[in-house]
Amino acid sequence: MTAIASEPTGLAQELNSGHSGGPGQSRAAAEQRLNHIQLLEAESIHIMREVAAEFQKPVMLYSIGKDSSVMLRLAQKAFHPAPIPFPLLHVDTGYKFREMIEFRDRYTAELGVKLLVWRNEEALAQGANPVQLGTQRCCGLLKTQALLDGLRAHGFDAAFGGARRDEEKSRAKERIFSFRDSAGQWDPKNQRPELWNLFNGRIGPRESIRVFPLSNWTELDIWHYIHLEKIPIVPLYLAKERRMLVRADSLIPVEQPFVKGLPGEEQWVKCRLRSLGCSPCTGAIRSDADTVPKIIAELVQMRNSERANRIIDHDQDGSMELKKREGYF
Amino acid sequence: MSEANDNMTAVLERDDADVRIEEQLAAERAKDLLRFSTAGSVDDGKSTLIGRLLYDSRNVYDDHVRAVTHNAAIDFAQLTDGLRAEREQGITIDVAYRFFSTPKRKFIIADTPGHEQYTRNMATGASTADVAIVLVDARKGILDQTRRHACIAALLGIPVVIAAVNKMDLVGFSQTVFDDHRRSLLDLARQLEIPELIAVPVSALDGDNVVHRSERMSWYSGPSLMELLETVPLAIERSHAGLRFPVQRVLRPHQDFRGFAGQITAGTVRPGDEIIALPSGFRTRVRSITTWEGDLETARAPQSVVITLEDETDVSRGEMLVSAADSPHRTRHFEATVVWMHTKPLRPGSTYLLKHTSQTVRARVVEIRSRIHVERLEHHPAEQLALNDIGQVVIETSRPLLADLYRDSRATGSLILIDPEDNATAGAGMIRSIADAGDAESEINHATRGVLALGNRAELAAQLERSLLEAGAVVLRTRVPLSPSLIALARMGAFLLVESDDAVPITLTPVHAASTTPHELALDEPDEILNEIQRLGAIPNGEDDNDDGLGI
Repeated sequence: MTAIASEPTGLAQELNSGHSGGPGQSRAAAEQRLNHIQLLEAESIHIMREVAAEFQKPVMLYSIGKDSSVMLRLAQKAFHPAPIPFPLLHVDTGYKFREMIEFRDRYTAELGVKLLVWRNEEALAQGANPVQLGTQRCCGLLKTQALLDGLRAHGFDAAFGGARRDEEKSRAKERIFSFRDSAGQWDPKNQRPELWNLFNGRIGPRESIRVFPLSNWTELDIWHYIHLEKIPIVPLYLAKERRMLVRADSLIPVEQPFVKGLPGEEQWVKCRLRSLGCSPCTGAIRSDADTVPKIIAELVQMRNSERANRIIDHDQDGSMELKKREGYF
Repeated sequence: MSEANDNMTAVLERDDADVRIEEQLAAERAKDLLRFSTAGSVDDGKSTLIGRLLYDSRNVYDDHVRAVTHNAAIDFAQLTDGLRAEREQGITIDVAYRFFSTPKRKFIIADTPGHEQYTRNMATGASTADVAIVLVDARKGILDQTRRHACIAALLGIPVVIAAVNKMDLVGFSQTVFDDHRRSLLDLARQLEIPELIAVPVSALDGDNVVHRSERMSWYSGPSLMELLETVPLAIERSHAGLRFPVQRVLRPHQDFRGFAGQITAGTVRPGDEIIALPSGFRTRVRSITTWEGDLETARAPQSVVITLEDETDVSRGEMLVSAADSPHRTRHFEATVVWMHTKPLRPGSTYLLKHTSQTVRARVVEIRSRIHVERLEHHPAEQLALNDIGQVVIETSRPLLADLYRDSRATGSLILIDPEDNATAGAGMIRSIADAGDAESEINHATRGVLALGNRAELAAQLERSLLEAGAVVLRTRVPLSPSLIALARMGAFLLVESDDAVPITLTPVHAASTTPHELALDEPDEILNEIQRLGAIPNGEDDNDDGLGI
């Protein structure tokens, strides 16, 4: 910790730097310019308004997570003082955390937004679950299939999603308006060039687009915005004592009857979730971060420890590689 | 400096974690966001440069560095070279966006491949960039691809080009070599009308002048590449246009509120400002700038806001609120530089949908003036523009655009052409010159004459009356049945809208033709009818031998 602070690296460095500039100077500059959060917000709002104006039946995919929460707040802002002109669609796998569903119902009711829920009831009736099917098939049926069915059943021609380009490499070239053919498929070779902020929303019958208004936000921007705007989030993101199966480094939430531990595995652990999904498939992390600022501090610190230093321990190179392989297999 | 940091550390460690992070976030909030584009081909050092930029500013992870370290040497190119991997896997080469930040700024890199066959990708990356980094190999100087990259940056209106004269280590860090390249680069910038070109001598491999200033080039006293990136102004701060507020959507949550939602693309706005609503030309004042946080005292580009006006005025999507002192051109006829992006070539006479700000109109490319050879910087005559060609074309639109020259305002000077058959984004255009308002408006104006019988379509009649009046026509609505005296009146320079109580087909009677045979119009949208009026009004004999059905 001291090492990081005395020679700041990465985010810590980037965060600390503001103290070096004179306060008068930075204030004058701030009045002249919009900061990155304001710039990102303006861009996202512009995107949402374009979609609302150009499409017959848009919908916002609402996953209850942090990105969805930011997207929902941006939608409120985009159309204020009018209501959000499209419904939210939650694809419910049936295995989401109880706290997520409670939060979803309470928060959307409080905001007065229209919430649609879609479940693959057929698969659920046949007892589909990740233990029985494996995660990949389970996700395919309860998430992907349910999403496509839900969009088709309602006839939505545009669906907002909360994905960001910084999430992973394969998303780095994703468009803001992502075109889907009449089967709902994405063809990476057949995406439209996107110049300036002129989005081409022309589609043929049964074709649709996914729209990613948060494309240019980073994870830090999302948490920063949640903090600034005091956006409510599901309490699962915040650390508290929770009942968990402790298995090696993993903390597995105990909610579903088919998630059973060996004797002694079930314990009280102070932990939180970094991302929200289905309870059997979302691991928790040990953490004391029980406020949003502490989550941000944790994120910064975690990323710092992963960040490159000038000195690299080359001896570790091989063993690290080996560990990775062991872990992987 | 390190003492100050140590003191701060002590303070920070005593304080509550929340307070500490609050302070850090306050500093984080002061950062703005700069977008820059890079273009490059394999072996020109682009990936190494980006890798170096990210590594020296501590924006890459340890495990990632380990993964590309061989024999104690980091392969900087591999740190970021997603494009190379894609090429090997045969995946589409595209624009990859990367995110990083330093203590001063946040950055988005639009990383694009540099070969000629990827011109459209380069143009895409350049379209939103505040800065372009162009790589120059110090051993070779300006090459075809240097000119190509600089030319695309110039055409796409990037205000600052940083020429990174790379591989200085391979020319013995020679000042003479750098000065020679710098002179040629400045000549190139003048030729391309690049507002600002800054040359920096770097060695991406060793990190000289990338983030840290080089100790091996004491003759160079200028900033490092990163120092430049951290300080150049954003492109939007350079726009000199007055207020431009294209209306995206009208918000009417209840009877007492009518607001216009949009993004300010240029200028600033305050309550009380006199503005003009275009195309109607209606003058009024701004009553409020409404946002979720409350009303604002001032707003500036590129904020997204809702504007309410003092007077009730009808403004809809595609229209624009502008400053009274400085308004955009209103044009149906202009010249644009077009980057062609469709496998189906652009040929004169082709028709497209054209999106400009929040308006989509029909458009026809009437002429290809030239194709631009981006490496020799020459204009050549051309019959067509193929995929990845860039050319000067003349475009006519079905309805007027409220436009600026691209060099004055990117957002109101840019457009995309959409293929009406497959809906592909076929081309991207930058408006270079605009015909005089007189010429541009000649097709609907006080000289527009004719008689349109509308039957019992009172609402349509009202809409057309308004649109025609706004366009400058002399309009008369009447319920007197069509007669020779009405035709005579129209011949004197009026446009008549004849209504009745009957549900009859809509007919348009041109009056400047030898015959005054009514044309039946199977149209019911006001815009379509206006196009038809325009078309027939512009063609004296009432016959269009080049009728493409688009009414142009």
